[in-house]
Amino acid sequence: MDIEMKKILIVDDEPNIVMSLEYTFKKQGYEVFIARDGSEALEILESNIPDVIILDVMMPKVDGYQTIKVIKENEKLADTKVVFLSAKNKASDIQQGLNLGADKYILKPFSLKKLVSEVSELLG
Amino acid sequence: MNSISLFIIIILYLAILFLIAFLAEKKATTKWVNNPYIYTLSLAVYCSAWTYYGSIGVAATSGISFLAIYLGPVIAAPFWILILRKIIRISKQHKISSIADFVSLRYGNNRFLGALITVICVLGTVPYISLQLKAISETFEIMTHGETISNTKFFGDYTIYIALLIAVFATFFGTQKTDASEKHKGIVASVAFESLIKLVFFLVVGVYVTYFLFGGTEDIYTQFSTTKNFQEITTFSGFESSFDWFFTILLSFFAIFLLPRQFQVSVVENNREKHLKKAIWLFPLYLLLFNLFVIFIAWGGMITFGNGDNSEYFTLLLPLKEGQFFLASLVFIGGFSAVISMIVVSTLALSTMVSNNLVIPYGFLDKFSRSKNDKNALYIKGIRRVSIFVVILASYYFYYYFSIPLSLYSIGLVSFVIISQLAPSFFLGLFWNRGSSKGAIFGIIIGFLVTLYTLVVPVSISAFTGSDFFVSKGLFGVELLKPYELFGLDFLSPHAHATFWSLTLNLLTYSIVSLSGKGNYRERNYAEMFIDTRNYSKLGDNALVWKGEAYVSDIKNVLIKFLGTARTERALNLFFRKYNLPPDTQMADARLINFSEKLLTGSIGSASSKILIANVVKEEEISLVEVLQILNESKEALASNKILNEKTNQLTKLTAELQSTNQELVFQYKQKDEFLDTVAHELKTPLTSIKASTEILKDDLEEMPEELRTQFIGNIEQEVDRLARLVNHILDIEKLENNRAKLVLEKQNLLETMNKVSTNLSKMAFDKHVEIIIDSKKPVYALYDEDRIIQVLTNLVSNAIKFSDKKSGKILLSYTTRKNEIHVFVEDNGKGIPSHDKNHIFDKFYQSENQNTLKPSGSGLGLAICRQIIQKHGGEIWVEKSNEQGSIFVFSLPFN
Repeated sequence: MDIEMKKILIVDDEPNIVMSLEYTFKKQGYEVFIARDGSEALEILESNIPDVIILDVMMPKVDGYQTIKVIKENEKLADTKVVFLSAKNKASDIQQGLNLGADKYILKPFSLKKLVSEVSELLG
Repeated sequence: MNSISLFIIIILYLAILFLIAFLAEKKATTKWVNNPYIYTLSLAVYCSAWTYYGSIGVAATSGISFLAIYLGPVIAAPFWILILRKIIRISKQHKISSIADFVSLRYGNNRFLGALITVICVLGTVPYISLQLKAISETFEIMTHGETISNTKFFGDYTIYIALLIAVFATFFGTQKTDASEKHKGIVASVAFESLIKLVFFLVVGVYVTYFLFGGTEDIYTQFSTTKNFQEITTFSGFESSFDWFFTILLSFFAIFLLPRQFQVSVVENNREKHLKKAIWLFPLYLLLFNLFVIFIAWGGMITFGNGDNSEYFTLLLPLKEGQFFLASLVFIGGFSAVISMIVVSTLALSTMVSNNLVIPYGFLDKFSRSKNDKNALYIKGIRRVSIFVVILASYYFYYYFSIPLSLYSIGLVSFVIISQLAPSFFLGLFWNRGSSKGAIFGIIIGFLVTLYTLVVPVSISAFTGSDFFVSKGLFGVELLKPYELFGLDFLSPHAHATFWSLTLNLLTYSIVSLSGKGNYRERNYAEMFIDTRNYSKLGDNALVWKGEAYVSDIKNVLIKFLGTARTERALNLFFRKYNLPPDTQMADARLINFSEKLLTGSIGSASSKILIANVVKEEEISLVEVLQILNESKEALASNKILNEKTNQLTKLTAELQSTNQELVFQYKQKDEFLDTVAHELKTPLTSIKASTEILKDDLEEMPEELRTQFIGNIEQEVDRLARLVNHILDIEKLENNRAKLVLEKQNLLETMNKVSTNLSKMAFDKHVEIIIDSKKPVYALYDEDRIIQVLTNLVSNAIKFSDKKSGKILLSYTTRKNEIHVFVEDNGKGIPSHDKNHIFDKFYQSENQNTLKPSGSGLGLAICRQIIQKHGGEIWVEKSNEQGSIFVFSLPFN
């Protein structure tokens, strides 16, 4: 059993969604960080290296696509998995997300249970 | 005055004319030579010695009937725009150089017809020229001896020398170019000058007689009314006389078109169609001026001399009687001008006809086709020069042997009747496509024979033998064949009678023969071209139907023989370029045949050019039906081409419209697509929250702390509200954008509306400790949909409440009135809107950077709906100011 808790960063501008995710992942034993948009997320990432980042695509200021680009350039975050959460369900959107280096692309609305199992699967 | 000094005056005057003609040739392209006034004055070549002297004779002996000869041209003038313009257009297009060429081309380059017309014209003109010579001779005598004495020796008369001098002048300026369809600007300018001279000097003598010899027009009338002739001359002798008038007018109407010299100046020498427009009123004016004093000079002469002997020369005799030699000389010069211009133009026209329509086609074609270009040119010019001299000598001969006993007026009328025989085939040929060459030939011959029988023969017999047996008893003593009373028609004067019978039989023959045969294809082809000028000039060289085999090189050889190598090459290059043909084209087509014939027509006439070209090509027989069919096809092709062009243009326009509509649609579709995407996204967001929250509550309902549970349930409620709002807003904006939302416009008090909004939102404001203040006191009325404006104000105010700081928030509602509109202000002291958002916040689903704070209570459509509503009222909405101290939203509402 791991001694250290898994760290998860949740990035989304919808407070109610964040609240549900925070509650769920905390219950699963994750250490949860929260950011309301890309710029807040990058701020957090300067001092923390999470195991997984749950990233919304459509956000004001710095959106999900811009955020993942910065993440992917950061070598310290090389092992960090990224999961996109998005309502954009076109094939082209999904492809673009994966091309940018996301490990998973999960469509909103999603099932919390499924999200949790996908994330834990990613972390092996 | 002695004859030598008068002869010197004549020589000097001829020298002046020579100089004028010479200068005009030099300045051939300037405005001095090419203007409607020169054109009109050159038309006045119509007024020959007959007018200048003869009409006074008529006025003295038979009153105002002299006027009839001028009424024809005056009546004809308005028709020029219709008829003469058409003739000019056709002649230019086909390089026609004479009336014989014109008529023969109309009837399919008929060689015999061209020759016949030439003969008729020569027969009609020679006596006419002789009349001019007679006038010179007689006036010369009057000037030198005071009376007319007939000469007996052929070369004893000065007239022959004057006639030869005129011939030299005509030869020099009339035969410089081989192409007779080219303009003779020198001759035209000298004719115009002479027309001016004769008019001015005639008016001078008119004024002299009327106002110096007599005390004005009234004086002459009073004095004349006491003479014994008065009654006879001034009364109109009823029925018969009106027929005479009618036929004289008819003759002069035809003459203004048909006289060779008139055709020459009005058609061949015309260089701009638009000159006609001035000529149609200027020329009648000229004739009117010319006739102003005729009657008074005639009466003055009658009063002075007591009888009508020599009345034709009253203009000379009156001044001479008073010893006014200078004035008499002016009159003589005026008359001389009338004579020269008539002779020069007539001989020029006749020489062209004689060479191009008689001599060349019947005698020289073989010679030409063997000879070289420069030699041919010399031959052609030579033939014309000889023709000029021959015509003038023939006229002198005629004058010397025949015309001395005849009056100017009667010779003139005989000429007119002969020339008018061309009228049926000429005029009807322009408008009737069935008119055939056979009809024209038989008509002209019959008409001419009738004229001979009814006019020329009896006049000659009575003039020379003095016997009137033929006139009074008829041919072989048959009553019905009396030349002046043919078939019992006994109430017309001889010339009216001759005109009636000759033209009637001519016309009948022409029509009957034309109708009884089909005519050959070529004449039908040209008939169509002449009748439908407008259409065929568009067809250009395609208007001639021709089938067969021909080589460009053969045709080129023929052309070179007349035009020379350089001109031929140039012409052919132009042709190939015009029709987009390669310059090394081998086989000639109909267009080249037509083009080449036209090129030659000016030099050798249309009939000869047709024959020459036909010699080197192998033409196939073609039926009339086929010709008409091909012509129709090319006309239709032209028309359908036009239609096609129009259709293409329409299509291009339509395509452009379609493209832009399509682009607009694509844009709209894309927008709709984006809109739907955004809507879907916006709907999924609250759904995601609801699903997540319900999942948590379902799993952990028991173990979850009470507080947390309430919060999740609250979240669900909030998101459901958001969903409902979103759906409402989407439907609302869709209605507004697609004009499906109708405004209920009523006169409303804005202050009251503001109060309602304030009341509605008071609880929300109270909860956030925000104060709503209405800052205007006076009621103001405007036309608007109150529910909608409440919706806008509620949106703006509730936004302001949401963004305001707790406890110290203040919202001011106010308005100001402008000239045509009210401005409504919603001012808050919130944290403001970032400047780069200001222009976008009214867009649908615009995501402001500060929007987080609104979520999940906003739909992203509120302000977009506000803008729609305001714009539907004819107003605008904008952010006036926004910074950390707060924002001001403004919208305008027009009073109407």
